[in-house]
Amino acid sequence: MEDAVGVKIPDNARIIRNLLHGAQFQQDHIVHFYCLHALDWVDVVSALKADPKKTATLSDNVSNDSHGGVPYFKQVQQRIKTFVDSGQLGPFANGYWGSPAYKLPPEANLMAVAHYIEALRLQAKSMKMHAIFGAKNPHLQTLAVGGVTCVRDLTPDRIAQFLFLWKQTQDFVKNVYIPDLLAIASFYKEWGGIGGTKNFLAWGEMPLSDKEPDSLFLPRGVIMKRDLKGVKMADPEKITEHIARSWYKGKKARHPYQGVTDPYEGDPKYDAETRYSWLKAPRYEGEPCEVGPLARVLVAYARGSKEIQGLVNNALKTLNIPVSALFSTLGRTAARGLETVAIGDAMEGWVMELVGNLKNGNAKTYTPWKMPRSGKGCGLNDVPRGSLGHWIEIEEGKIDNYQYVVPSTWNLGPRCANGKRGPIEEALIDTPLQDPKRPVEILRTIHSFDPCIACGVHVIDPESNRVYEVKVL
Amino acid sequence: MKEENRFYERLAEKGISRRDFMKYCGVVTATMGLSSSFVPKVAEVFAAPKQRPPVVWLHFAECTGCTEGAIKSMYPWIDELVLEILDIEYHETIMAPSGRAAEDVLHRAVKKYNGKFICVVEGAVGTKYNGAYGKIAGRTFLQIARDVCPKALAVICLGTCSSYGGIQAAKPNQGGYKGVGDALGIKTVNIPGCPPNPINFVGTVVNFLLLGKLPALDELGRPLFAYGKSIHDQCPRRSHYENGEMVIEFGSKEAAMGYCLYQVGCKGPDTYNNCPTAKYNGGTNFPIQAGHPCIGCSEPNFWDTMTPFFRERG
Repeated sequence: MEDAVGVKIPDNARIIRNLLHGAQFQQDHIVHFYCLHALDWVDVVSALKADPKKTATLSDNVSNDSHGGVPYFKQVQQRIKTFVDSGQLGPFANGYWGSPAYKLPPEANLMAVAHYIEALRLQAKSMKMHAIFGAKNPHLQTLAVGGVTCVRDLTPDRIAQFLFLWKQTQDFVKNVYIPDLLAIASFYKEWGGIGGTKNFLAWGEMPLSDKEPDSLFLPRGVIMKRDLKGVKMADPEKITEHIARSWYKGKKARHPYQGVTDPYEGDPKYDAETRYSWLKAPRYEGEPCEVGPLARVLVAYARGSKEIQGLVNNALKTLNIPVSALFSTLGRTAARGLETVAIGDAMEGWVMELVGNLKNGNAKTYTPWKMPRSGKGCGLNDVPRGSLGHWIEIEEGKIDNYQYVVPSTWNLGPRCANGKRGPIEEALIDTPLQDPKRPVEILRTIHSFDPCIACGVHVIDPESNRVYEVKVL
Repeated sequence: MKEENRFYERLAEKGISRRDFMKYCGVVTATMGLSSSFVPKVAEVFAAPKQRPPVVWLHFAECTGCTEGAIKSMYPWIDELVLEILDIEYHETIMAPSGRAAEDVLHRAVKKYNGKFICVVEGAVGTKYNGAYGKIAGRTFLQIARDVCPKALAVICLGTCSSYGGIQAAKPNQGGYKGVGDALGIKTVNIPGCPPNPINFVGTVVNFLLLGKLPALDELGRPLFAYGKSIHDQCPRRSHYENGEMVIEFGSKEAAMGYCLYQVGCKGPDTYNNCPTAKYNGGTNFPIQAGHPCIGCSEPNFWDTMTPFFRERG
């Protein structure tokens, strides 16, 4: 909208949007790692067998968590035991527990379960950051075309509360999330060679001035065929969305400005040879691209971001794995944690920039604008799950066409008109399975993309040719 | 009593004093509009359930924002809801199993707790083409809802989509989406909002555990303790409305003074919810306080009836 009506938002609005976005990344990535992905690597049931003393020692060795010690881990273990003994296993019932694919010792499992519970509380608390300037979470309400509306929340007590919550959250990221990530990864290093894709796209995010894309904290770029040195500026004109294999009328691939969303009318039949998905298949110069934390980190790494290069090189060194291991499920999950550190660290400076503006008497949060009779514009962002683009066309003062191309269609879209596989389909090929009936390995790769959707995967056993169907949520 | 003592011991280990605990029981009690004599009873509900009440949580056409909202519960914390208060048997986002293993859990839970579980529904149900636009494991949302909901002790619709259809039901509504009550012709408890405040969900559940019945509802199925008054009647900016002190444009002097947002499109007068008093994320803020007009997100058909959300100058 702002591109279409030609309004530039004030500096304070840019900073507040960055802060809200930064807090979103912190919360989203913590929730993803602990609540949506950890149980693919961590065996909850095995945590019952852990020795709390050894767990406390392990925790002291790997992390700087302010929680810890023998009584703490005893209490967590007792809590799980009481829960399990009740016979009501709730969300943990029927997991693939005990599968040989789980490799952590009981003590590491107990430590991770303790942090799973801590993460649940922290994410709830951290989203007070959103409420302070954005009214509530989720679905904040402070954004208006032209800026933000929260002018009365720019007070010292609100800003101080924001900083306090930011610090608590970032402490957790650095002292718990990252140590857990590296500790768990060290048991699963072979996943540095599984689940990779080839092409990566990032629109980039968090402009540090009104110059976009030049000032983006997470830079914009595209990498084809894993060629980091060949990183290029990404151009939104080079995008098309394919529908040849999707349940929409017609077959023509279109740029979002010409995009049409005209669904099949009736009961759509699932047919892997023709159409089989409600998702469209976005392509960049005709090629599928992975989007999300790994794409952002690779683009930033390739384009020389000091923060990202330092974090990545450090993690690679700690795990003793090469740069090529980034193109994998492990790389994707690690990239999510590392960018959380970088973004979180930058947030403090942004708060101080806001404070500086207010000190100098600049409390401007909104630029007035006028609705044109016609116009068009696009907004390119990177959100926690990946690259997001919105395209709008205005005619007669009303929306004539509105299309968005979202992270999960990039990653999980079906094949295109030319039969090319999407990133997640590509990533799953050659995934080793210890037990096809309990395919936790499939969940690892799919969950590593954090797809915003439920999906189905067919697993074929090459020896028996037996087909298993796995639903992933 | 022994159970209860053990509960307080556990709280103490977690660094939560009995006093803090009673305080948050007080918050829940106040939200529900119960007298303070109920506080110890609310504490009992949280302290020592013999068997945690089973919950089957269904996801239909939705964005999972209601789950995202629910896991922001701080009174009590979400880990307490999951581990100590409720028995969340089936919930696609948070459950560990996938695929057939997940599907088995659903069928087992519905069979085992037939007539005894609370069914929470998030998302609208498609009805056109026999509901063909939304399927899980080969069954349409409509089939799943018809199978599971009538077997529940109570059906709680969490969010505007499951309550009234939400954005899926907005014009042109290509999939014939409806709220669960409407699609199935059954009575449901509706906790609308986009997403709803988790405290209204918790309050409803506590009411149920405490008094053995659902809270009093209005004609739209909403608990009166939360949805009994309009936003406008509880608005901290109400005096500015009465004095005709209006914000005409965002970013203006009037906006900085916290004047009434009616002229820029606020739907507070037509919206029934407790946002101004309960507020969101542990009582931190709500849209009007953040200078944003209420968009009426807890009212039926708000995407059609409350738009445009912003009113233009002049």
